[in-house]
Amino acid sequence: MTPVLLLTGFLGSGKTTLLQRLLADPALSDAAVLINEFGEVGLDHQLLDRIDDNIVLLKSGCICCTVRGEVAEALQNLHSLRARGEVSFARVVIETTGLADPYPVLQTLTAHPVLRSHYANGGVLTTVDAVNLDHQLRHRAEALRQIAAADRIVLTKTDLAEAATVDRLSARLGRINPAAGIVTSLDPTERILAALEPGQGAAAPVHVCDAGCGPDPDHDHDHDHRHRHHHAHHDDALGVTSFSLVIDGAVDWTMFGMWLTLLLHKHGDRIFRVKGILVIEGEDRPVAIHGVQHLVHAPTHMATWPAGPRQSRIVFILENLDPELIRRSFAAFTGLMPARVAA
Amino acid sequence: MCSLCGILGCDDHWTNPIGRPGVYSRNTSSQSRRAEAARRLKAANKVLSYRRLSLNEWQGRSYVLTSPTGASKVFDALSHLWPEAEAMAARGFDPLDEALLDWMEKRR
Repeated sequence: MTPVLLLTGFLGSGKTTLLQRLLADPALSDAAVLINEFGEVGLDHQLLDRIDDNIVLLKSGCICCTVRGEVAEALQNLHSLRARGEVSFARVVIETTGLADPYPVLQTLTAHPVLRSHYANGGVLTTVDAVNLDHQLRHRAEALRQIAAADRIVLTKTDLAEAATVDRLSARLGRINPAAGIVTSLDPTERILAALEPGQGAAAPVHVCDAGCGPDPDHDHDHDHRHRHHHAHHDDALGVTSFSLVIDGAVDWTMFGMWLTLLLHKHGDRIFRVKGILVIEGEDRPVAIHGVQHLVHAPTHMATWPAGPRQSRIVFILENLDPELIRRSFAAFTGLMPARVAA
Repeated sequence: MCSLCGILGCDDHWTNPIGRPGVYSRNTSSQSRRAEAARRLKAANKVLSYRRLSLNEWQGRSYVLTSPTGASKVFDALSHLWPEAEAMAARGFDPLDEALLDWMEKRR
């Protein structure tokens, strides 16, 4: 399976600058690149130094609604060219337009009957402009969806912002998407790209409450006797809440799958992200799940347990949904199967 | 073929992916596939019974959803279960609906 790294971020947030730098790194020296550009002329395409047969410009601009088929076509074409020995690549990077919701591209990788056999989600890298983030979040829903979909957030233009502003934005991004690692564009390339693919660490919720939350007034905790620990962060201006469920005991995979499928069927538009590690009944190793809106990627069997207690942990990023109701729903559904009453 | 969109070979629900390295799947042998299919039907029927619907397999390849009035619907992919169930029941299956949660909690 060829991993596909999705590079997204709002207009002017530094996607192409970052891409130029990443392509110079040996880790991406074997990458084919697809660039989606909004507008008549693909300027980003011409800014790249490494323009060759492995770079394809997607012309139709808005990746949210029209390019899904074009992405599929371009990826199939690349696969055919490689099969004929005309090009060689081991991974693909797709740079989206700044106005794109990453979800349709991820869905294309998962649902397309041909692509899903040859390509896999290689992670979502989202650039965020430290100077303009607040304004973009206030006015553009796409910016929020790009951040929520990220496996790693790259804060750019930090040299143009006050240190206090960068700290505040980092904290805000952590509240919106606690499942993503946050780096800056000044960090080494290896750190930006490390363990991005689901199941290689990025699928693990990285949020550690005691270390990361601090005295945040928007942060609340509660515990209950069923061994579930629930904590939530709220961004009131956006109506976005992120929280995690931690479950002691093994989860019934079948019922959990039924529950999450139904939850995303009804509320996927408002669930930007689901990401977690599960202790599954009858399994020695943890299973990582990774979803964006209505889409859930194939679960990955992790090689080892992360540090800490062997508990299931699920991170949700929601818009205008009640975390407590989701917690109750999880308990009601998973409590239905007698073999699953493990807590 | 998908009965909704006409795409060939689309029954690859995330809970039941084709077994391959690194992917967690119970779709790895005939025995595990059948066992998981039985568990899946049981789990689905626990929820579907809220609206008196039931799900069965048809020849091990498709699903048959039936209503108490005898209506039935055949579909190939698990991803179609809830849209089809909602269409047949003419009502939603909302896992955040407090009435559904009350009903499920009473059955525990």
